[in-house]
Amino acid sequence: MKNLIREFTKGITIENPTFALVLGLCPTLAVSTSVVNAVGMGVAATFVLLGSNIIISSLRKAIPDTIRIPCYIVIIATFVTINELVMKAYFPALNLALGIFVPLIVVNCVVLGRAEAFACKNKVLNSIFDALGMGVGFTLALTIVASIREMLGSGKWFGIQLVKGAEPISMMVLAPGALLTLGLLIGIIQFFQKKQKKLGCHDGCK
Amino acid sequence: MQNQLIVSVSPHLHAKEDTANIMWQVALALAPAGVAGIWLFGMPALKVIIISITSCLLFELIIQKLRHTKITIFDGSAFLTGLLLAYNLPSQVPFWIPILGSIFAILITKHTFGGLGKNIFNPALAARVFLLVSFAKYLTRFTQPIRNIGEASYDTVTQATPLMAFKETNSIAISNWNLFLGNHAGSLGEVCIIALLIGAIFLLVRKIISWHIPISFILSVALLDLLTKQNILFNILAGGLILGAFFMATDYVTSPLTNKGKIIFGIGCGVITFVIRKWGGYPEGVSFSILIMNAAVPIIDRYATPRRYGIVKSLKSKV
Repeated sequence: MKNLIREFTKGITIENPTFALVLGLCPTLAVSTSVVNAVGMGVAATFVLLGSNIIISSLRKAIPDTIRIPCYIVIIATFVTINELVMKAYFPALNLALGIFVPLIVVNCVVLGRAEAFACKNKVLNSIFDALGMGVGFTLALTIVASIREMLGSGKWFGIQLVKGAEPISMMVLAPGALLTLGLLIGIIQFFQKKQKKLGCHDGCK
Repeated sequence: MQNQLIVSVSPHLHAKEDTANIMWQVALALAPAGVAGIWLFGMPALKVIIISITSCLLFELIIQKLRHTKITIFDGSAFLTGLLLAYNLPSQVPFWIPILGSIFAILITKHTFGGLGKNIFNPALAARVFLLVSFAKYLTRFTQPIRNIGEASYDTVTQATPLMAFKETNSIAISNWNLFLGNHAGSLGEVCIIALLIGAIFLLVRKIISWHIPISFILSVALLDLLTKQNILFNILAGGLILGAFFMATDYVTSPLTNKGKIIFGIGCGVITFVIRKWGGYPEGVSFSILIMNAAVPIIDRYATPRRYGIVKSLKSKV
């Protein structure tokens, strides 16, 4: 059980796909203009991650090593297609806002990365917790980036107007705002991680 | 004891130039343009300059306190950033625009990269572009000068800059002489060409800047105008080309080290300026062009290394 909890929490903290592994940056930068889009993207990616991790983990002995990447892509693409059709049917507005980035989950580095690095070597139950942790970590990271960008860039949060009369910094919802926010956040996280290592001397100490 | 002695290879020369000295000389060279700007646009221009400089110094102090580094707000670099930022703004901007610009210049562009000497981009220009992209409606609302050199004075009247007017109508409605004196709308420090040239000559004579960047910058714009049959003098005098070429592109930190590199840098700036002015969405491209070339400086420095003394280029050597 302890093991499973660790698999779950590592995706949120020390192996956070966005802030620590720096994977899956295209959707992070592109759709984090508003919190609604970010959460939608995060949930969609989590669903695909969970599905692909379960299938790949259970088929890990059947998939030949030499053609594993095409096999993974086929499995991932299946879930992306399901995801896309569901989204088109029930959340057409969100689907429109995310646009090309919904089908592009197929090549999201987080999904393929977990398949290659975790699911193909671990049991199904571990893979489920890994996928959930990574998915939650990805969603949280996207939400944080999107919150900062939406608040500064359009003066709103979850579409709710925060301060009346304040001028939004429209650069923050454009591409440079995404890169600036992400860069500064990673910098701040690194700063505190280094500080913590100096104080507590955990496993990173030599 | 041994650590206190610094012995380097000869020649042992001592110059009194240091960062602070050079920064204050550049600030002095910019003074005529500032005086002209205040005279042309009145008190709002002075207000923008004062707010911009004060907030730059203040944020420099705050960030240096936070980073526990030496407090160097009197070395002139933050002062110069504030001054240049103000020169790049229209005189009628709201008071918080220069403050926000200073935050971006000092905190984001300068200190996230490690402070003075380590910034990749020119802080004042990056702040101006940040403000232009974010608050286009304030940054593109220019006013006519309240008094013209040699003419009667007016109230505040909104007017397009010569380049904006040219972009819309494709015709030039202003004489070169008025462009030269600064009798037109524009950012408060860029309009009076004669004042800028006085400062530029001062810097060139004192050898604080070399001729390579400004001349190659301006000449490449002129040459491209000649090739496309545009009005050369108009394109040189209008907009921020003189201010940019002499005072912004020549920033020591963000320009190449060698003379060869400086010429490449200047030509790059000129070409990008020309392309943006002719085909781009913005009427003016000087600030963008310098920032884009700032990003290319490390590559230029790598390929424009000088020949080492005494080494002859071998005929057979392959580069």
